[in-house]
Amino acid sequence: MMEEVFLARLQFASTTLFHFLFVPLSIGLVFLIALMQTLYYFKKEEIYLKMTKFWAIFFLINFAVGVVTGIIQEFQFGMNWSEYSRFVGDIFGAPLAVEALLAFFLESTFIGIWVFGEKKVPKWVHLLSIWLVSLGTILSAFWILVANSFMQNPTGYRLANGRAEMNDIAAVLTNEKLWVAFPHTVYASLATGAFFIIGVSAWYIMKGRHVEMFKKSMTLSLIVGLIASLAIAFSGHSQATYLMHAQPMKMAAAEGLWEDSGDPAAWTLFANIDVENRESTGRIDIPYLLSYLAYSEFSGKVEGMDTLEAKMIEQHGEGSYLPPVKTVFWSFRIMAGTGGVLIVIAALALWFNYRKTLEQKTWLLKLLVLSIFIPYISNSFGWIMSEVGRQPWVVNGLMETATAVSPNVTANQILFSLIAFSTIYAILGAVMVWLFVRVIKRGPEAPPKANVEATDPFDQGGAAQ
Amino acid sequence: MMLSEFWFILIGVLFVGFFYLEGFDFGVGMSTQFLAKNEDERRVLIKTIGPVWDANEVWLITAGGAMFAAFPHWYATAFSGYYMAFVLLLLALIVRGVSFEFREKGPSKKWRYTWDLALFTGSILPPFLFGVFFTSLVQGLPMDEGYHVYANFFGDIVNLESVLGGVVFVLLSYVHGLFFIGLKTVGDLRERAFQQAKKMYALTGIVSAIYLFMFVQSALPLMDNAAILYGMVAAYAVFYFIALPFLLKHREGWSFLMTGFMWIVLVSTYFVALFPNVVINSVEGIANLSLYDAASGDYSLKIMTYVALTMVPIVLGYTIWSYYVFRKRIVGGKEDGY
Repeated sequence: MMEEVFLARLQFASTTLFHFLFVPLSIGLVFLIALMQTLYYFKKEEIYLKMTKFWAIFFLINFAVGVVTGIIQEFQFGMNWSEYSRFVGDIFGAPLAVEALLAFFLESTFIGIWVFGEKKVPKWVHLLSIWLVSLGTILSAFWILVANSFMQNPTGYRLANGRAEMNDIAAVLTNEKLWVAFPHTVYASLATGAFFIIGVSAWYIMKGRHVEMFKKSMTLSLIVGLIASLAIAFSGHSQATYLMHAQPMKMAAAEGLWEDSGDPAAWTLFANIDVENRESTGRIDIPYLLSYLAYSEFSGKVEGMDTLEAKMIEQHGEGSYLPPVKTVFWSFRIMAGTGGVLIVIAALALWFNYRKTLEQKTWLLKLLVLSIFIPYISNSFGWIMSEVGRQPWVVNGLMETATAVSPNVTANQILFSLIAFSTIYAILGAVMVWLFVRVIKRGPEAPPKANVEATDPFDQGGAAQ
Repeated sequence: MMLSEFWFILIGVLFVGFFYLEGFDFGVGMSTQFLAKNEDERRVLIKTIGPVWDANEVWLITAGGAMFAAFPHWYATAFSGYYMAFVLLLLALIVRGVSFEFREKGPSKKWRYTWDLALFTGSILPPFLFGVFFTSLVQGLPMDEGYHVYANFFGDIVNLESVLGGVVFVLLSYVHGLFFIGLKTVGDLRERAFQQAKKMYALTGIVSAIYLFMFVQSALPLMDNAAILYGMVAAYAVFYFIALPFLLKHREGWSFLMTGFMWIVLVSTYFVALFPNVVINSVEGIANLSLYDAASGDYSLKIMTYVALTMVPIVLGYTIWSYYVFRKRIVGGKEDGY
């Protein structure tokens, strides 16, 4: 069974991480595009329409890949995690069904109206359509996080008939985890979209192409990007205080904290985690900071993994209840570190932009191009910390991951699907990056193709969203 | 009526909606190879479904989500039991979904040809697989007491009858799609779609007859009342024959309506045959998985029912409106009217 569990986890992790490369960019881009179209609607300046249409090309390609990689997500609970599905379907399936009804129909229908219907509906309906698409993407994030929050911090259920049954929808929807994770995820998505536009615009400004249009795009995205990256930090802090009382093991692992901390607790910047001997050596500590992270004040001690595991053994019986400590520890540092870098870059760029000297700062423009990738790193490691830190549980405190897999699916079958999905995803990823580069090189001035449409996202000959 | 029964019907409705709508999308996808003579025609064909195919696919996603939420055991049993076939289904849906976007943006003919092939494969494989799924679900799968299916891919899942079921799904999708093309295009393309539909319609009738004959044998032992099953099959035949005069008189609208009814009847037949079970066990002495055993608790179903009763009318409302927005025929890659 170990092999099946390992392969199934690998498949779930890789397909989910891959899917989540596209989701945040879609959420962020469509919001910014909707802002641009709103500016066009009220200001009536052609340049905003040009911006809307240019950025839409990226959004539509990205959205298509996001949609198709999302289908696997909905199916693989049942395919690979049948015992999990039986155990939680009563409470976990509902948000997924609601997500489809509330979010997927909304975004897919109105994206059709928006792309193909520009000349068929009144202007305000066309504007409303893109906002509804944006709303759909955010609703989708909300409902999937309702489901995920149950795995992290189960609420609103009772154990009956050998499974977790929903008995309080209000408790499901007011899950503390949900209300720290949802804002954090949406801000991270906005930052992803903003930094994409910032980076691509920086490239055009360096090249001196369409400078006016890309300066406008830059300014708008820098404002959104700075607000979002600051908000990421604040909502991240609320995640930490949540973890302290709801998932202390994840927090302790993220700190590499084996024994209980002193009071006040120091935060470890770096350390060498030695899982075998259960100690962290070579620590570089920052005094007071962990107390602040955990309790928003400069005192208070934090329990270490030794204490926490002893408690869990008492509660759940013999076993190992440690998550992969090193992974959680370093994921947390990469996520938080790259998040911090975003704030600095956005603030710096906005400052020079305000002083009207950004154009001359070639080093900064180059840095902005590279910063396109930073949110992707933060997003991925954020999820790795969150989901790996939950181990060995699939539903925190209720069900262990090893018992959740489908017993009737063999290792060879999973290996086959893992290879098949990875191959197709690698192709999709490569094609998408290549298409993005191609569109960027061509730029907004590209001549219309033989059969009109293709460069005009509002009227693509046959290209769907 | 119990809430679990209501959800069984609702999931049936979602699958019916999926095949009614995505059925013609699949058909149009097939027509890009079977009907189109050149790139211009291919564009026109794809454009007939451009604004709607994605929303149509959401019917399937919603059906899957509803199975998970309302019948966790059904969802877990079927999705893990059909593991390899579902992997194929997912691969097909993935390459099809991106092909619409990718094919336009590439550099060469070869590039476009590659994604056209993806579109074609992604349009023909899913309906075939669904025909196989529904048929073998009624035939029965070997299942242990914990509802774990240990099916042989060849035999339990893929066999003569289920393959015929798959072919019927493909043919019906194609004919449905050709009538849809007849409604959405003009001139030569429309005419050829119509001529091809005539031939394919005859073939659909023949294969359907053989398949339904076999299917009735498989489903009969499950029925308390055989008349219902015969009634469903008869209804399918009646709609088939009603379409004939319309077909001869060149009336795509009415023909499309009839293939739509055939979808409704065909997909409903599986749910009628299964009821009150959701997975039939082919192992002697072990019970079937019934919808009552598979269902979620009442509280959960009640919450979901409130959501569904609120949201479904709204979704239907804007879906119908979007078809109204795109009601015009498509001419040479551009719609009428501008």
